[in-house]
Amino acid sequence: MRPLPRARMRVLFASFAVIGGIVLGGAWLATAPGTVAQADLAGLTGDPVAGEIVFWAAGCASCHAASGAQGAARLILEGGQRFATDFGTFVAPNISMHPAHGIGRWTQVEFITALQHGTRPDGRHYYPAFPYAAYRLAEAQDLVDLWAFWQGLPSSDTPSQPHEIGLPFSIRRSVGLWNVLNLHDDFALTGDLTVQQARGRYLAEALAHCGECHTPRDALGGLDRSRWMAGAPNPSGSGVIPALTPDRLRWSEAEIAAYLNDGFTPDFDSAGGHMVAVIANMAMLTEADRLAIAAYLKALPPAGD
Amino acid sequence: MNTRSALTAMTIMALTTTASFAQDVPAAVEARQGQFKLMALNVGVLGNMARGNTAYDANQATAAAANLVAVSMLDQSFHWPEGTDEMSIEGTRALPAIWENTADFGMKWQAFGAAATGLAAEAGNGLDAMRAALGPVGGTCGACHDAYRAPQ
Repeated sequence: MRPLPRARMRVLFASFAVIGGIVLGGAWLATAPGTVAQADLAGLTGDPVAGEIVFWAAGCASCHAASGAQGAARLILEGGQRFATDFGTFVAPNISMHPAHGIGRWTQVEFITALQHGTRPDGRHYYPAFPYAAYRLAEAQDLVDLWAFWQGLPSSDTPSQPHEIGLPFSIRRSVGLWNVLNLHDDFALTGDLTVQQARGRYLAEALAHCGECHTPRDALGGLDRSRWMAGAPNPSGSGVIPALTPDRLRWSEAEIAAYLNDGFTPDFDSAGGHMVAVIANMAMLTEADRLAIAAYLKALPPAGD
Repeated sequence: MNTRSALTAMTIMALTTTASFAQDVPAAVEARQGQFKLMALNVGVLGNMARGNTAYDANQATAAAANLVAVSMLDQSFHWPEGTDEMSIEGTRALPAIWENTADFGMKWQAFGAAATGLAAEAGNGLDAMRAALGPVGGTCGACHDAYRAPQ
């Protein structure tokens, strides 16, 4: 091949530089933390009573209350629970109403930005140990109600502890790439659903984030939607988190709803591990909502082998 | 290797595999799992009444609660030998944390006993009274399983 004239070489290099710049710039933009605009929340008024239901359904206390907290102590969101994962150990932060150690100084729009985009008030990414990929699917009204309920929660002056994670995950910008791959604006279960199944899907996928433990993850830690609720290794410890698909979880809808209320399996073994805290939340919902979750689980595609 | 010796080798392999499965679980593990099965059976009598699956029966409720108290009084000294956690052996979900927090583990077992005693006092006093006293028993099951039992 004949060598290119110098002028054409220069143009070629310049084009590569421009294209490379666009790709890098695009990557930088694509990994930018997202936010909610104040205008998106215009006209919404928070109802703290409705917000309490959202609070329990969304399972805030099961990770942010102190380990083993029971009863009223579950409203003290002082943080400190540790979650060991393949990517490092995450420590739940203090999200109580304390102005310095908690989130007492946040605005409503900062709160909802955190929940739906995983973006901190300082504009950086949270790690997806925080299930914003689920809360992203929640209705803005529910989150406005949740924030209204939050205003009445107690304050704790327990300082948040840093996460214990190494490179490259300690570079928070890398989470932006994870977000590009894993944030969805649709539900994992699609197709025609009854009103009850749709309510159950909303509770299970947008609020209770069941899939965070019950759905297996890919190599980058994203939930594998092709194996939704098909069971997975325990993300923070030993053992297996069971599948919830109808071919694996053979309990009746009434049995599932009863388990979510009193914590007993149909043969009266008791729930264990993190599920104990989940059931403490689910017991605060109405029986109709627990039955809706059961109806949703029965509508899932089978996990197969 | 001819067919016969191949068959013999396979048979021996199958037999030794079966034998090693059979001797996997130490007697202490079987004993403690047995006591949990007793608990589940008796909680089930009460739980089915509480859920409305069966009719409330004061005598049966009282008997089931008394059985739970009886199990709670079994001395646990011989049921939890070192080296029988789920990291060390197959066939158990007992977390190593039990042996790192023996005092707390003991307190959680005692909490079950206290809740079972409370249940025994109320079990014969009507469905609502029994149901109210069963909740705390379930709470003590969950509190211990939350800290000391691995998921499946």
